[in-house]
Amino acid sequence: MKPTIELRNHPLETHKFRVRLAISAGFVLLLFLILLARFSYLQVVQRDHYHTLAEANRISISPLVPNRGMIFDRNGEILAQNYSIYTLEVIPSKVHELEATLDELATVIRITEKDRSRFKKLMNESRRSKSIPIRKRLSDEEVARFAANRYRFPGIDIQPRVLRQYPYGDSVAHVVGYIGRINDKDIEQLEIDEELDNYRGSHHIGRIGIEQSYEKELHGITGFEEVETDAAGRPVRVLSRTPPTSGNNLVLSLDVKLQQVADNAFGDRRGALVAMNPNNGEILALVSKPGFDANLFIGGIDHENWDLLNNSIDRPLNNRAVRGLYPPGSTFKPFMALAALELEKRTPEYTMNDAGFFSLPGSKHRYRDWKIGGHGRVDLHKSLVVSCDTYYYSLANDLGINAIHDYIKQFGLGEKTGIDIRGEASGLLPSPEWKMRRHNQKWHIGDTISVGIGQGYNLTTPLQLAFSTAILANKGKAYRPFIVQKISNNQTNIHQINQKDLLYTIQHKPENMALVREALVDVTQPGGTAANAAKGATYTFAGKTGTSQVIGIKQGERYDEDQVSERHRDHAMFIAYAPAENPQIALSIIVENGGHGGATAAPIARQVLDYFLLGELPQSTIAQVIDVPEAHHNHHDHL
Amino acid sequence: MPIFEISKLWYYLTRYIDTFLLIGILLLMTIGLFALYSATGADFNRVSKQMINMLVALAVMWVVANIPLQHIMRLALPMYLFGFALLIGVALFGEINNGARRWLDVGITRIQPSELMKLAVPLMMAWYFDKYEITLRLRDYIGATLLLLLPVLLILRQPDLGTALLIAASGFYVLFLAGLSWRIIVGLLVAVVGSIPVLWAFLHDYQRRRVMTLFDPSQDALGAGYHTIQSSIAIGSGGIVGKGWLNGTQTQLDFLPEQSTDFIFAVFSEEFGLIGNCFLLLLYLIVIGRCLYITANASTQFTRLIAGSITLTFCTYIFVNMGMVSGILPVVGVPLPLISYGGTSMVTMLLGFGILMSIQTHPKLVKT
Repeated sequence: MKPTIELRNHPLETHKFRVRLAISAGFVLLLFLILLARFSYLQVVQRDHYHTLAEANRISISPLVPNRGMIFDRNGEILAQNYSIYTLEVIPSKVHELEATLDELATVIRITEKDRSRFKKLMNESRRSKSIPIRKRLSDEEVARFAANRYRFPGIDIQPRVLRQYPYGDSVAHVVGYIGRINDKDIEQLEIDEELDNYRGSHHIGRIGIEQSYEKELHGITGFEEVETDAAGRPVRVLSRTPPTSGNNLVLSLDVKLQQVADNAFGDRRGALVAMNPNNGEILALVSKPGFDANLFIGGIDHENWDLLNNSIDRPLNNRAVRGLYPPGSTFKPFMALAALELEKRTPEYTMNDAGFFSLPGSKHRYRDWKIGGHGRVDLHKSLVVSCDTYYYSLANDLGINAIHDYIKQFGLGEKTGIDIRGEASGLLPSPEWKMRRHNQKWHIGDTISVGIGQGYNLTTPLQLAFSTAILANKGKAYRPFIVQKISNNQTNIHQINQKDLLYTIQHKPENMALVREALVDVTQPGGTAANAAKGATYTFAGKTGTSQVIGIKQGERYDEDQVSERHRDHAMFIAYAPAENPQIALSIIVENGGHGGATAAPIARQVLDYFLLGELPQSTIAQVIDVPEAHHNHHDHL
Repeated sequence: MPIFEISKLWYYLTRYIDTFLLIGILLLMTIGLFALYSATGADFNRVSKQMINMLVALAVMWVVANIPLQHIMRLALPMYLFGFALLIGVALFGEINNGARRWLDVGITRIQPSELMKLAVPLMMAWYFDKYEITLRLRDYIGATLLLLLPVLLILRQPDLGTALLIAASGFYVLFLAGLSWRIIVGLLVAVVGSIPVLWAFLHDYQRRRVMTLFDPSQDALGAGYHTIQSSIAIGSGGIVGKGWLNGTQTQLDFLPEQSTDFIFAVFSEEFGLIGNCFLLLLYLIVIGRCLYITANASTQFTRLIAGSITLTFCTYIFVNMGMVSGILPVVGVPLPLISYGGTSMVTMLLGFGILMSIQTHPKLVKT
């Protein structure tokens, strides 16, 4: 027995308490008797009534899955479509010796190791009572062979299924995205969104890109069939039928041919390109390299391919165009230049002498220009054409970080653009408040200097850079970037069109804008940093090269491309719009570890512009562009 | 000597565990696992998930049972204040889901503060009465009622009628056991009955629908009434001996809604019949009996009140769940203790049992 210490006055109090407790106990007993009475009533008195109801409760409602909407590019090229196949599916909870049964099954139908490992992965992700595919695309002969042996494999059956296919494979994988099998997490989310009912019978859901962002439009409305079943649950006859409503088709503003030209122009290099129409915000191309084959994901990807994609140092699954964060480097300078003129910190006539470095008053620290010895006398026009760093070091110092932040913010850097695909990164346009909040550190004047040339804490996505270039291209008008042009219901033939969305117009003096725009044209003329790439172009285009540092270079050292490893080389950047006098396209390009923007990024822009404005295909890409859908069927036979 | 070591380990493991109560709990859990296996269509994955939930909950119970009550008592005030602050946070910044604002997003995870208050409110009230033990006057009861009413009103506003009522009940048990005068209790009853028309005006549409369908489930047979109709059919068609484990047609043909969580009792009842129901009720009564015994022998005001409130709240859960599944109470979303699938409710329940064990097995020190 545990020791008990009795206290004064306690017996009485304890007694009072126990009386109350006894009353409660009596009450609980009463409640239980009520329950017992209710159970007896239901299970004895009304038993026959409910038994009849249970017997009659054999009308089951089975879902009719809608066809998923198709996705087209702006010219009607199919980017995502459906096709029917026969799949061999297993319900694990109904199969007794799973491993042995599968071995036996393999003697009837060819099942590879890959099929099995993918099946295992799917099985671990879903409920055991769900039907899980083990082999897809059965041939007619295989269907017949299994049908003859079906009695040997309870819990295994052939199902007609609709599969998704992406004819353009790698080049549009990030934009179009892919669908994957619905897992437990999706079910939870669908339940929260009150969408679960509409997904009864659905097996797939959009994972990334348009497939994910427009899931609601694409999925359609599930129909229902009321079926009378016999005692074993087998359907006897259909009582009523509400047909499903197919998902809506989407027409993208994307031009898949342009996308392919851009994709090919990258070759094996990593990076991203975003091209948009500056006059309305339509995205024309959105490339992220390397790509991946979205078709691999449709039936649930197997371990081997997943590891390959997920663990690759190149991170192919990352959509660099909207999620990649890079310092803008010198592509930041046009916006700085405009800020200088608008805020009257510089006049067009003002010149300074660039000796190759800039130092803050009273400091020995040298902020170096990329060109040893400097550019000599530099005015604003020349500062852009030759991309003079020193000019912008000194300008940044005169403007101050707050003015830089507030002015350039208008161009959308460091903020989500609001594009209609999910997962956009916001980037960073630094300010003293941000640094205090994030790092709990005071802003140093030195921070401002590196921000002036687009380095330091600056981080932008390629999409943001394209957006701000588009604003420059159409003289201050900011249109929200969007990629879905039209949503069309193929039953009612009603189209819903995404209108251009003018977010705001940046106030400016026309002569200031003109000055910056003229300088950007001269960047592509002889003497400019992108002159080589523009050589021989029959149209004028404006551009700005950039190089953004991946590693810091110590004082007194110089960056030497040959001495740093490939992954630590600078990123090459380029922004451009054309034709310069009446821009129809604005784009941003980043080539990871590509070195100088003028040397690797600008030539890509040239190929894209040549195709877009003149319809000229670069020699190297002709072969691939002619290669369209059908060929892919064979490539993905293992699905 | 290894045998000595093992017996020593055994001693430390079981030192503060009430064996009687533990066996009752484990039996109920076992029934729960069998019912779950049937409810999920023989899905062993979910059964093992629930087993993990149970192990976690048992570990929590063991830890709490090892804490002397004086320490738990010290937690009452901070826990209450913390929970209350979170409730205010929910009211101001909570996430809206299904038209209700119950969750608070704290970056890593979303929490539902009302779950914490299920224990914090009775703890706080018991602590309060313990503090004013010698001079219990009307104004002490009023103070305690305020401690109860404020969080309940906040939860009612979310709106989460079920949880609000359960917390109100657990607080009322403390008041009742602390000796609230009969006149006031009767007065309260009259006030509650009188305020029903007023409350009705404040209820959300979906809550009203649920109450209405209680009186006539058939008027909404495919919507809110569907739950009650299908579970009544399941129970009734089970008859006296039941259809046998894994043989319930209502269950196996997926007619039952939420059959692994709130409506799991219908699964059990269909397959094991009236005999199974009686056995289950009896098992619950044995556990409740042990809890009442522990309560009756608790030595301080605090331990008595908290033990009593936990015990009676446990009974309330059982009654409300079985009542709603068998169609005599509205569907309010209350799990069947120790049987329904779900980690949170399992942990909350066993936390309460841990407190009871601690009361029973620690030396009964009282303040002098």
